[in-house]
Amino acid sequence: MKVSYFPGCTLNTTGKGFDNAVRASMAAVGLELVELPEWNCCGATFPLIVDNMLELAAPAHVLVAARNAGNGPLLTTACTTCYNVLRRTNHFIRHHPDERERIEAFIEAGYSGEVEVKDILHLLRDQVGFDAVRDRVQKPLTDLKVACYYGCMVLRPPAEVAYDDPDHPHTLDDLMAALGATPVDFPHKNECCGAYLAVKDAGITRQMVYPILKSAQAAGAEAVVTNCPLCQFNLDKQQAEMQKLHAGYQPVPVFYFSQLMGLALGLDSGEYGWERHYISPGAVLGRWGE
Amino acid sequence: MTGQDYSKRVLIVGAGIAGMQAALDIANSGYEVVLVERLPSVGGHMHQLSETFPTLDCAQCILTPRTVDVGRHEKIRLHVYSEIEAIGGEIGNFQVRIRRKPAYVNWELCTACGACTEKCPTPIPVEFDRRLEMARLMRSGQVRHEGTGKAIYTLSPQAVPKKPVIDPSYCTWFQKGRCRLCEKVCPVGAIDYEQQPAWFDERVGAIILATGFELYPLSKLGEYGAGQVPDVIDALAMERLLSASGPTAGVVRRPSDGRVPREVVWIQCAGSRDPELAMPYCSKICCMYSAKQAMLYKHKVHDGQAYIFYIDIRSAGKRYEEFIQRAMEEDRVLYLRGKVSKVFRENGKVVVWGVDTLTGLPVEVAADLVVISPAMVPSEGTRRLAEMLDLTVDEFGWWTEAEGNLAPLETKRPGIFLAGAGSGPKDIPEAVSQGSGAAGKVLSLFSRWERAGHLSSHDVGRE
Repeated sequence: MKVSYFPGCTLNTTGKGFDNAVRASMAAVGLELVELPEWNCCGATFPLIVDNMLELAAPAHVLVAARNAGNGPLLTTACTTCYNVLRRTNHFIRHHPDERERIEAFIEAGYSGEVEVKDILHLLRDQVGFDAVRDRVQKPLTDLKVACYYGCMVLRPPAEVAYDDPDHPHTLDDLMAALGATPVDFPHKNECCGAYLAVKDAGITRQMVYPILKSAQAAGAEAVVTNCPLCQFNLDKQQAEMQKLHAGYQPVPVFYFSQLMGLALGLDSGEYGWERHYISPGAVLGRWGE
Repeated sequence: MTGQDYSKRVLIVGAGIAGMQAALDIANSGYEVVLVERLPSVGGHMHQLSETFPTLDCAQCILTPRTVDVGRHEKIRLHVYSEIEAIGGEIGNFQVRIRRKPAYVNWELCTACGACTEKCPTPIPVEFDRRLEMARLMRSGQVRHEGTGKAIYTLSPQAVPKKPVIDPSYCTWFQKGRCRLCEKVCPVGAIDYEQQPAWFDERVGAIILATGFELYPLSKLGEYGAGQVPDVIDALAMERLLSASGPTAGVVRRPSDGRVPREVVWIQCAGSRDPELAMPYCSKICCMYSAKQAMLYKHKVHDGQAYIFYIDIRSAGKRYEEFIQRAMEEDRVLYLRGKVSKVFRENGKVVVWGVDTLTGLPVEVAADLVVISPAMVPSEGTRRLAEMLDLTVDEFGWWTEAEGNLAPLETKRPGIFLAGAGSGPKDIPEAVSQGSGAAGKVLSLFSRWERAGHLSSHDVGRE
């Protein structure tokens, strides 16, 4: 199955390993991701000031490109922020005919919300199915206890973006279970990671990330798995500092789900960006001979 | 049709405190009442309560004289464990079809000796006790049950009528085809596994709808554990834990392990005053009952700490504000002005993340027990009844009054009246007042029919 794919800036740069793993593992289960021939920034934050035309025009432009790409009505992305922005903009256009006209005039193209924006996990769950994923597993992640961390972008606001229970999400957990890993239950799967506060005040981000990681480890997790590039960055990077601040703190590697998926499917993980991890995933990877 | 042909009997739907008040007022005036109740016994939610605000009266003690009167009154025809199946006709001449669910016990024969409920080997989570999962505690002897909490049960030791019913969804005979222990121990042969529903037709001249309320389900409150954390309970469950006739005989124990909780957090406005996610309205009674519950908890657990998270305190009522002050000052209940964002289980505790907006600081409490005040919502079945009667409910399902200010007890249809919390959140005194008010409306109709011998414009249209 062919689907239009929007990588976004993060997966094109610092998250290249995430992107490589997504493309390879989706291809392995029969989802052919076709990168949009021409794409621009998603807009990066959903327009809170709806008058700011540029913040609506950028994602609208992407949506038009997706419609014109000729790969069916679906547009998918693996970046949770891009997903949130594109999905909400699409929703906004569908529900605000007056604003839509202004956007159309600005981007010089007609668009009424024909594209359906789906997060890559959503697509994997509903189009491929986790049972089908399980059937293709070559190296099951047996005995690996993982804490699945969703952040907020695919869950909130629920009415516009959620494809999972916003308070008790389980899509990632289900995927990890299909790959043979053991997802642990912990209460902070959907807590805020601090997001862009990392730029302004890394100390606040640390304060937000610490209880999440502590709780995951208390539940027995040896690794954290996430679907959000910003969450991955915050959870991963802050741990180096946390080791200095919290005596005896033992860091855990933070994976993208697609990295573990590629691993379990027996794909070549050479281009998965391991060198970019702040906390080395070596100990975990070693168990599968990587 | 002349006045002599109008039925001077009244149908009352719901035998909670409002419906019972209306029934007794009308019956004591000499007119016949048909009182229909969905549960196996009368009393409604008040029957579940421990004590009442602001006087701390024992709810059961002040209620039981009423329930007994209702049960024995020669002018009250009581249909419990029954529902309205159809209603036709109009003022002066309504035809009502009532369906009684099979109790699998012949109540004519039953002497309420209690042998069946005592010997029944199957403990079940009971709706009356808010399905508190006390089965484990029950086995360890920490939980008392006098005929409640089994697959054959009465709602409470004080139930009126005190006749048991079998819940076939739990009963071993209905589920697995064995047991029949209750049949063996019944000295009068009242157990009847083959019992069928029964239908009754009644003709009445007026109707009072006293259908009451329920609580917004915890399962819809994802941020508070979605009903999956055993030590997060709703306020009615807390009433059962505080009640001497409850599953723990009035000792406050938390459901997960039966320990007496040392730190208890109450969360107000859960699903109320929440236009984004649930109900926009105020449920009105929560501020008062949570103060009462915190107070009662402190009276039982002197070294315990009670916290109440609130948006603001609504204590409009006679001696209500003084009651809140008493909770704060005498019983040292800690009031925290702010919402709770999240409740989760950790290390055997229920951790509450909230904010105190008076200090502007986030608050974390590692509690043993969390009590939620969910929104009041209309009883299940209110909409169905509304369709049957061609009456309207509002967007939340509450009965629509004929006119909010001057006709709060009337509906748009002559001869059909409202009483109690079915038309919106109300506390006990209000529900009782409405019960008496609706009874007065009906009695003035009957009285006019007797004097004038016919319907007047007064009856069929409002001036």
